[in-house]
Amino acid sequence: MRRAALPPDALDATDRAILNALQDGFPLAPHPFAEAGKALGLGEEELIARVRNLREEGVITRFGPFFDAEAMGGAFCLCAMAVPADRFDAVVTLVNAHPEVAHNYERAHRLNMWFVLATDRPEGIEKVARAIEAETGLSVLRFPKLKEFFIGFRVKA
Amino acid sequence: MTIDATDRHLINATQGGLPLTPEPYGEVAGWLGLTEAEVIERLQAMQARGVIRRIALAPNHYALGVTANGMSVWDVDDAKAEALGTRVGALDFVSHAYLRPRALPDWPYNLFAMIHGHDRKEVAAKRTEIAALLGDACRAGDILYSTRILKKTGLRLREGS
Repeated sequence: MRRAALPPDALDATDRAILNALQDGFPLAPHPFAEAGKALGLGEEELIARVRNLREEGVITRFGPFFDAEAMGGAFCLCAMAVPADRFDAVVTLVNAHPEVAHNYERAHRLNMWFVLATDRPEGIEKVARAIEAETGLSVLRFPKLKEFFIGFRVKA
Repeated sequence: MTIDATDRHLINATQGGLPLTPEPYGEVAGWLGLTEAEVIERLQAMQARGVIRRIALAPNHYALGVTANGMSVWDVDDAKAEALGTRVGALDFVSHAYLRPRALPDWPYNLFAMIHGHDRKEVAAKRTEIAALLGDACRAGDILYSTRILKKTGLRLREGS
């Protein structure tokens, strides 16, 4: 995924209007581009071409349904560890070797390693967390989500 | 929330994104041997059950210059945590907001909110906004900036699992 900002003139006003409007939703109807295009003053073909171009340029990371991974049957848990600096690289290798570790970040805090475990079944979380504790000799703090809030995140293009 | 085998095929077919054609749902229906009406109905039903959160476009916020983020964490009065979490999650600069258990004595925080901005200064300013919103219900807070991505893999549902 592109992580660098685009030059300011890479997008025109129409691109920006599309990015802003379609973040809120995309119609679930036989001709969704025609429907969404009406509000933007764009024809079906033009909107499709614009979205395709934005996707190819790496301006869109996802276009379609957003699934709740847990509703699909998986289990997830945010975990944190306080890893001594002199063992950090070795512990990264041990932790990342588990395919259940979906992503892992170093953070500036005493708890300096934060990762998400993703398993097919809820029992899998404990199993992997215990295995990591046994391999590293360090505690794995578990922060399962108790409640997730509806997310209003929007990026103004 | 249960999904049947057909829903699962539909999830697998669309989790990479919708096809960019005039009739994307009809196209997906063709792949799976369903009718367009069936695909639309099933997607509607999954949305109603919360399996689908929304159907929309997600911009690459890095490309749009929103390149800084910080995990803000808060120790919020349990009695008010849900109501306040709802308000924090609705902020347009927060991409994830969760209540999680505390891990005392190491970790007193129960509300997590990921803040995004164009730079750290903006992230810090947004954090102040959240602190103001939480008010007296919040006993303490912190923010953790990521210093390195150690691993990043997409979450994908395994076929047939």
